[in-house]
Amino acid sequence: MSKPKVAFYWCASCGGCEEAIVDLAEDILGVVEAVDIIFWPCAMDFKKKDVEAMPDKSIVATFLNGAIRTSEQEEMAHLLRRKSQYLIAYGACSAMGGIPGLANQFRLEDILQFAYHAGPSMANEAGTRPQVSSTDAGHALRLPQLREVVRSLDQVVDVDYYIPGCPPTPKLTKAAVGALLEGKLPPKGTVLSPDVALCDECPRKASKPTDLGFVEFKRPHQAIIDQEKCILAQGFICMGPATRGGCEAVCVQGNMPCSGCFGPTSRVKDQGAKFLSSVASNVGPREEGAIDQVLAGIPDPVGTFYRYGLAKSLLRRKVPKPG
Amino acid sequence: MNDKPWEPRIVAFFCNWCTYTAADLAGVSRMKYAANVRTIRLMCSGRVDPQFIMDAFAKGADGVLIGGCHPGDCHYGEGNYKMLRRFQLLQRMLGDLGIEPERLRLEWISAAEGDKVKSVINDMVEKVKALGPFDLPGQFQSWDREMMTEAEALAHAGHQEAK
Amino acid sequence: MSEPVRIGFYVCHCGTNIAAMVDVEAVAKYAAKLPGVAVSRGYKYMCSDPGQELIQQDIKEHKLNRIVVAACSPLLHERTFRTATMKGGLSPFFFQMVNIREHDAWVHTDGAEATQKALALVRAAIRRVPFHKPLEIKKVPINPAVLVVGGGIAGIHAALTLADGGQKVTLVEREATIGGHMAKFDKTFPTLDCAACILTPKMSAVGAHPNITMWTYSEVVKVEGYVGNYTVTIKRKPRYIVEDLCTGCGECVEACVYREPRFADDFNEGLGKRKPVFMPFPQAVPPIFIIDSGTCRVWTHGHCKEPCVKACGDRKAIDFSQKEEFKEIQVGTVIVATGFKIFDAKRMPYYGYGLYPNVYNALEVERLVNASGPTGGEIVMRNGKRPKTVGIVHCIGSRDENNNKWCSRVCCLYSLKLAHLIKEHTHAEVYNFYIDMRTPGKSMEEFYNRIAGEGVHLVRGKVADVFPDPSDPEGNRLLLQAEDTLLGRVLKFPVDMLVLAVGIEPQADAQDVRRMLNMSCGTEGFFLERHPKLAPVSTFTDGVFLAGCCQGPKDIPDTVAQAGAAAAEAYSLICRGHIEQEPNTAYIREEDCSGCKSCIPLCPYTAIAFVESTKKAIINEALCKGCGTCVASCPSGSIVQNLFEDEEIYSEIEGILANE
Repeated sequence: MSKPKVAFYWCASCGGCEEAIVDLAEDILGVVEAVDIIFWPCAMDFKKKDVEAMPDKSIVATFLNGAIRTSEQEEMAHLLRRKSQYLIAYGACSAMGGIPGLANQFRLEDILQFAYHAGPSMANEAGTRPQVSSTDAGHALRLPQLREVVRSLDQVVDVDYYIPGCPPTPKLTKAAVGALLEGKLPPKGTVLSPDVALCDECPRKASKPTDLGFVEFKRPHQAIIDQEKCILAQGFICMGPATRGGCEAVCVQGNMPCSGCFGPTSRVKDQGAKFLSSVASNVGPREEGAIDQVLAGIPDPVGTFYRYGLAKSLLRRKVPKPG
Repeated sequence: MNDKPWEPRIVAFFCNWCTYTAADLAGVSRMKYAANVRTIRLMCSGRVDPQFIMDAFAKGADGVLIGGCHPGDCHYGEGNYKMLRRFQLLQRMLGDLGIEPERLRLEWISAAEGDKVKSVINDMVEKVKALGPFDLPGQFQSWDREMMTEAEALAHAGHQEAK
Repeated sequence: MSEPVRIGFYVCHCGTNIAAMVDVEAVAKYAAKLPGVAVSRGYKYMCSDPGQELIQQDIKEHKLNRIVVAACSPLLHERTFRTATMKGGLSPFFFQMVNIREHDAWVHTDGAEATQKALALVRAAIRRVPFHKPLEIKKVPINPAVLVVGGGIAGIHAALTLADGGQKVTLVEREATIGGHMAKFDKTFPTLDCAACILTPKMSAVGAHPNITMWTYSEVVKVEGYVGNYTVTIKRKPRYIVEDLCTGCGECVEACVYREPRFADDFNEGLGKRKPVFMPFPQAVPPIFIIDSGTCRVWTHGHCKEPCVKACGDRKAIDFSQKEEFKEIQVGTVIVATGFKIFDAKRMPYYGYGLYPNVYNALEVERLVNASGPTGGEIVMRNGKRPKTVGIVHCIGSRDENNNKWCSRVCCLYSLKLAHLIKEHTHAEVYNFYIDMRTPGKSMEEFYNRIAGEGVHLVRGKVADVFPDPSDPEGNRLLLQAEDTLLGRVLKFPVDMLVLAVGIEPQADAQDVRRMLNMSCGTEGFFLERHPKLAPVSTFTDGVFLAGCCQGPKDIPDTVAQAGAAAAEAYSLICRGHIEQEPNTAYIREEDCSGCKSCIPLCPYTAIAFVESTKKAIINEALCKGCGTCVASCPSGSIVQNLFEDEEIYSEIEGILANE
């Protein structure tokens, strides 16, 4: 009996999700034994044409991490979709756009301007920019085209499951792979993590008061976070109430607020909007000026509430001005 | 398509006790105002979830109007204060996301202020008209044109490496 | 939705009210093609019996399981159509209404635009209604006890009506006696019968009624709960006289260290004097005394020989140690009859009120002409003289862009009455200055004609200025400068006494009272009735009713009528025994709740609690009022509001904006 074929691929990502697979530690041997990894650019020497040569749906599951930002990533997404029974969006970037999704606040042109010309440490007198096609030493060179908009995987191809997290925890990954191997999969489209907000499993839940009324907000670099008490109750934005659980609150246990990487529960369309609703509703003052003073402690609502989810939010990006 | 000039479409969320009643009063008094607003009735402006507002824009609204009771007069005590707090942050955040402030408006209109319904709607329609269409669905469509189709992607995938 | 949705859609023509602007045929045709619509019809008057029967028939014949009616406002007919739906065998909540009249046909001028808007709204409702659930109507029991706030003629009449019918009533009055403003009047128009004569029997009846608990010198300070189940906290202020022990003999007043009355007497509008211990007026109910801590030496000087206590002797009715007491009662309904205050004429300084000693407001004059008033019914001015010419100026503070825009309804009539009484008492020449003569009501026109025939001078014109007559050596006479608009001449009228017909305003604390009772006020500040024509005594808060001038200026006959109406509506609720609550409450899905506690501080009714055993939040359905604030705030989307679920609202948004 041949082992089920499995593939891993990375798009616009940091490599953290590959680390997460490796972080399965001893368990990775169990994984490697049970499956046949036929494609993993980070760790193995298979080529794209190997994938092209496979029959459709011959890969049982592809775990694809990273957001979709280039033409090549779109191409690979379509290819792997064709060749896989199950296409799984692995990690926050492929699930929601992730940190790269924050680029949706800017126009591509502005990003390239900054990265290749206006950046303070830039030394690029020739004004070189990456080109889709160019020649170098007589050879024709093709580079992928950068898209204007950063996308989540499901904004490009049909996705079967999501494993959330930045990165997903080893426990979650193991559970997902296990479920896959046993054939015990939930309905298509499910996010493979508990559908309850993080507060449910947070060790500091008991210390959160039932009469919270915010009079100020602080950012983690502005004050010391008390190690015992609910972080949100201390005035630091913790996305826990609006974020799925399943990570065992690792960030909170590291005395840092949750930043929302597991995304919203299935009942919420837009994580950032819902969290805004909750946190603003609980602001203490009633008068506009006083309200604004409290809210001034959140200088960057987009970056704070949509740190991982901007590409999948209802508006998807900062709407560019016409022309 | 018809060749009539573009008219803004504004989705309004009105609270049952004050603004919706005031709009009824405007109707009973036969006041006349612009026809661009379509109202969704809720019990309280506190029920207005920011997701509704963003969803309205995402589905094609050019403007969103929220009507509630004056501060201190909410039929349920304080729902309108919660709405106000959300609004203060939401308008700033939507501004950061490229939505002009005139497209999202919060007004306190009491049950007796039928004339205010008329003047607010007329004013908002005028301002949104000046800004032009928002048409986020149309924008989504045009942004997504940069993507390759599945056929293109697969054809490209079979493409040999350039020499 | 396990079975396929079959929607019956109806668009009402409402005669031509809708059909004249909205192309109703096009709407019906359009709706017929929308997904889920099995039947689509137009009809002239959907709210009529045949219209409602049409729905019921169609449900049976076409096996419909949802109904949408595009017609007038749901605030008017949602209940009608829900009932029709229910009679047809479906849950009444499988119904959605579309407002294409008040919000569309009546407010737009372009038929094409109005029709486009109607189509959008119809689409929204048709997309929404499949998500409706078969909710259950909650029945809330009604406590038969009634609270009447305010002991003027309105409160008195409402309380007596209910008490005579066997209901238990608590009547709370802020002053030390019931009677309100009417107790201060002398004769009342149009019959000129004496106010005290007709009022005092009713006051006594209240005081003696076995079904009425009368708490004077008390105020309502907190109202909690909801229709049928109000918990009201009442502050009973200390009289320093024990109510049950005082016999009203008056020996304490005789014995008081102050030999002569020295302090301004409120009941007489400051024109008379009283001692620190006093009875508000001789026919006060309850007929007992009160000690005013603002003027009694026990407080002002820290000590007193207390001869009043000695005089009271064995009765021991005086108790200086009394403290304010808070009492809590349970009632099912509340009737608000808190009355009015008069316009403060000092706000119009050119009339000289407060400046010249012979300028009075109408209420002060009522006390002057009253036989039990400070001058024994003689019209004696502050300078000790009797007037030979009197000017009465109508519309002080009323019908005025700079003060109160409204007409106070009673001033022309009482000004004519005062003219008659002043003439009767003094034989003075009386000049009434009016803008329009407004005397509506039964026998009022006849009253006007009678007074006009008695030689009262009626001058049509506003008095523009009042100043001392330079030709009067004693400096008492005033000159009133007014244009007689019928003559077309500006004239100066010398008068010895000027009476200002001040208008009726809401009480100074009306805003506090209405917030306490969860009522609204209109733009003028009077309490807002549910509907100006069809529901003038009820408010938007179930179980709270209005009577008298707190709802708007009116005369005594109308006040009494309204008080009877309020009593009847309260009684109607009591008879029914229960009220049906709109089932739009919220509930938390336990399996979804993370126990983040974000919702708990949001509820003004404290309906949300944290359960230690499950570490999750829960909503008490009985306390939930259905505002939906917690639903919108829940960061994980774990709270649902019946009738206004997220899915239902998203579907409306989608329907409105779809480009079909």
